[in-house]
Amino acid sequence: MRKLLIFLPLIIFAGMFFLFGEMLTRDRNPSEIKSVLIGKPAPMFTLTTLDASQTVSNEVISGDTAVVVNFFASWCIPCRAEHDQLTQLQKMGIPVIGIAYKDKRIDSQAFLDELGNPFATTLSDLDGRVGIDWGVYGVPETFIVNSEGIITYKHFGPLLGNRFDEFVDAYREANK
Amino acid sequence: MTAEIGQFALLLGLMMAVVGATVPHWGIKRNNAQLMAIADMSTLGLFLLTAIASAMLSYAFITSDFSLAVVATNSHSTKPMLYKITGFWANHEGSLLLWVQILTLFGAAISVFGKKLPTAFRARVLAVQASVAVGFLLFMIFTSNPFDRLATIPFEGNGLNPLLQDPGLAFHPPMLYLGYVGLSVAFSFAIAALIDGEVTPAWARWVRPWTLTAWCFLTGGIALGGWWAYYELGWGGWWFWDPVENASFMPWLAATALLHSAIVVEKRDALKSWTILLAIIAFSFSLLGTFLVRSGVLTSVHAFAVDPARGIFILGFLGLVIGGSLTLYAWRAPHLKSGGLFGMVSRESALILNNILLSTFAAVVLIGTLYPLILEAYDGTQISVGPPFFDFATTVLMSPLIIALGFGPLLAWKRGKLSRAAQTLLPALIVAIIAFGAVFWTDLKGPLMTALGLGLATWLIMSVLIELNKRAKITTEPTKAFKRMRALPMGDWGMRLGHLGFAIILLGITVSEAWTDEKLVVMQPGDSSMVASYEMTFDGVEPITGANYSAVRGHFTVRQDGKFIALLNPEERLYASPVMPTTEADIYPLLSGDLYAVIGEQVGTNSWSMRLYFKPFISGLWLGSILMMIGSILSISDRRLRLGTAAKKQKAEG
Repeated sequence: MRKLLIFLPLIIFAGMFFLFGEMLTRDRNPSEIKSVLIGKPAPMFTLTTLDASQTVSNEVISGDTAVVVNFFASWCIPCRAEHDQLTQLQKMGIPVIGIAYKDKRIDSQAFLDELGNPFATTLSDLDGRVGIDWGVYGVPETFIVNSEGIITYKHFGPLLGNRFDEFVDAYREANK
Repeated sequence: MTAEIGQFALLLGLMMAVVGATVPHWGIKRNNAQLMAIADMSTLGLFLLTAIASAMLSYAFITSDFSLAVVATNSHSTKPMLYKITGFWANHEGSLLLWVQILTLFGAAISVFGKKLPTAFRARVLAVQASVAVGFLLFMIFTSNPFDRLATIPFEGNGLNPLLQDPGLAFHPPMLYLGYVGLSVAFSFAIAALIDGEVTPAWARWVRPWTLTAWCFLTGGIALGGWWAYYELGWGGWWFWDPVENASFMPWLAATALLHSAIVVEKRDALKSWTILLAIIAFSFSLLGTFLVRSGVLTSVHAFAVDPARGIFILGFLGLVIGGSLTLYAWRAPHLKSGGLFGMVSRESALILNNILLSTFAAVVLIGTLYPLILEAYDGTQISVGPPFFDFATTVLMSPLIIALGFGPLLAWKRGKLSRAAQTLLPALIVAIIAFGAVFWTDLKGPLMTALGLGLATWLIMSVLIELNKRAKITTEPTKAFKRMRALPMGDWGMRLGHLGFAIILLGITVSEAWTDEKLVVMQPGDSSMVASYEMTFDGVEPITGANYSAVRGHFTVRQDGKFIALLNPEERLYASPVMPTTEADIYPLLSGDLYAVIGEQVGTNSWSMRLYFKPFISGLWLGSILMMIGSILSISDRRLRLGTAAKKQKAEG
């Protein structure tokens, strides 16, 4: 018994060591919170377009194909980083709806004027209400909504490197 | 050029550390005094070399040398001088250098103040200390070099996170590191004792002052962090059970347990194996904290930028140091001779109870901190463990600790009488019950937890006073009491102040949690709001410009019953580089509590949202922490006087 006890600290530490090793080598972002909305219908929303010319709601994300919904902001630096990837999506013919999250219209517009506009439709969520419904806790966040209006995938943070390829695969999957 | 000198000093330091970590062991084996003396030389050399590296990095920060990557990403030319200096450790690379600097400082201190240690033992300790330095130097040089140059020199730096531009936080890391790294001394002593296979009362007597020093700094560092959160984050909280806060709390708990168990080793030659284990665990918790902050394995407000390579490296180092020392422990500890016997009711047993409760607490905090990670590894579920869990654990484990703490100092060594101690403590029990009842049943209307907290705090304060009275006979022979009090050992005074500080912290937590008055209001100039018994009138705002920020400053006049009390000027600042808003709460401390005002967002044309608080006796937290620190300093001063004197407890002392 005493023999066992003397090894106990070492055994506990070994457990912790392997736990840390496993979690460090796993491809994960510790500040990512997994969405509970996967497999659920996209939350209802009504927003005005960035130029404030018209009011749209969920019909903008329902159609024959799956749609990408990207929450962005001009003040968000990772959004700037993933802009090229969003443009690539646009070139691949994937419809991307941009939602400017807690961002003044003129600032969002200046952001798009500077970097180019990858969005099929750009909406303004100035007070972040819609963001709350979608469970957004930090931009950029990107969702895939299939043709039935169900959220099939969500990515937290910029769509860079492997994450982008995974995202494109997930989109193809959603479109099947 | 200066950066290259620093870089060179680090590389030379690494070689020096490798020599210092190996040669002394060889010298001890061959019983060669000259080889053993290398331990002292390499320790001092390593200290000087790290000091040169630190000086070079400080110079780069002070002169805003943006050719260094670490300066360019963390500093800015318009930053106030204080924060240019402290910018040194407000980043991953620099803070590692500070870590190593403090580690080598402690090594040098052992070498200089430890002349009374047997030469072979001191060489052993210094060699272990040098091995830890090797690990950290390798880590720094290979993954986080503070002297990396940029290929293209930017014209301006990125600036320091404005939340960190604060005097409280400027000195929080060095304090905390002095505590974390200070525990390395107890660790080195423990490893050296395990290698030699002998733990003597003298060993405990050497370890105690070093542990007390580390404990003193750790207490100060944690308190400073809490104080910073309290006034800088602007919502009146001071502890969040965040993983990194827990990472600083666990070594504190282990060090507190170690302080107490080392007394038993010193006075009674018992509990050796356990004390050695605690010394290893305390430092392991320090290393674990370093790992959690720097590896990115957990998310935390305190975490540095994430780099997986760093995480893997520290994990490997962690495995080597902690795994290695625990293996050594499992191998050697069974051979340690156990000493003095003692009864179920005795000072020793009370100290063991203290140790059981404190280490259980540390284990519970560890489980709470790592549980989300375990669960995620198991099935991918994400949860967070927050205050409800930790608060509950604190109440369950600390309540018996405090009750027992009243008895402990009154029990005799070897065999004590519980009934006699209980009789002496009767007045404390009565006062505690009155305090409990007064809160619970009268119109103070505190909840059960508040009543319990106040009951325990008064119990502890009273029992400290009763113990003092018993020793100094203040009530029975008041004329000689002063003389008697002066004759009491400093270590005992240290204990009393430490315990009193603990009671006052408890009092501060309980009172401020229970009776804080909080108002969230939208105010126009001229509006007033009643907070507790204070009338806070909003007089308006003015724009101001600071060194590297612009701000809106609100003006409040506080009155009580129409009588002027104070002016409060909270600010909402917008820093220029990086662009980031911060709130600067304004706090006016009164004897009874803090008046606390925060100005929030502007609502409409002439209204602002405000948060106004009255936080009764929150100063108990800071006051209690200071008392604990003074207590440990008194205790250290006692130990130094007694270094080298008889080890066993003398009859005359009891």
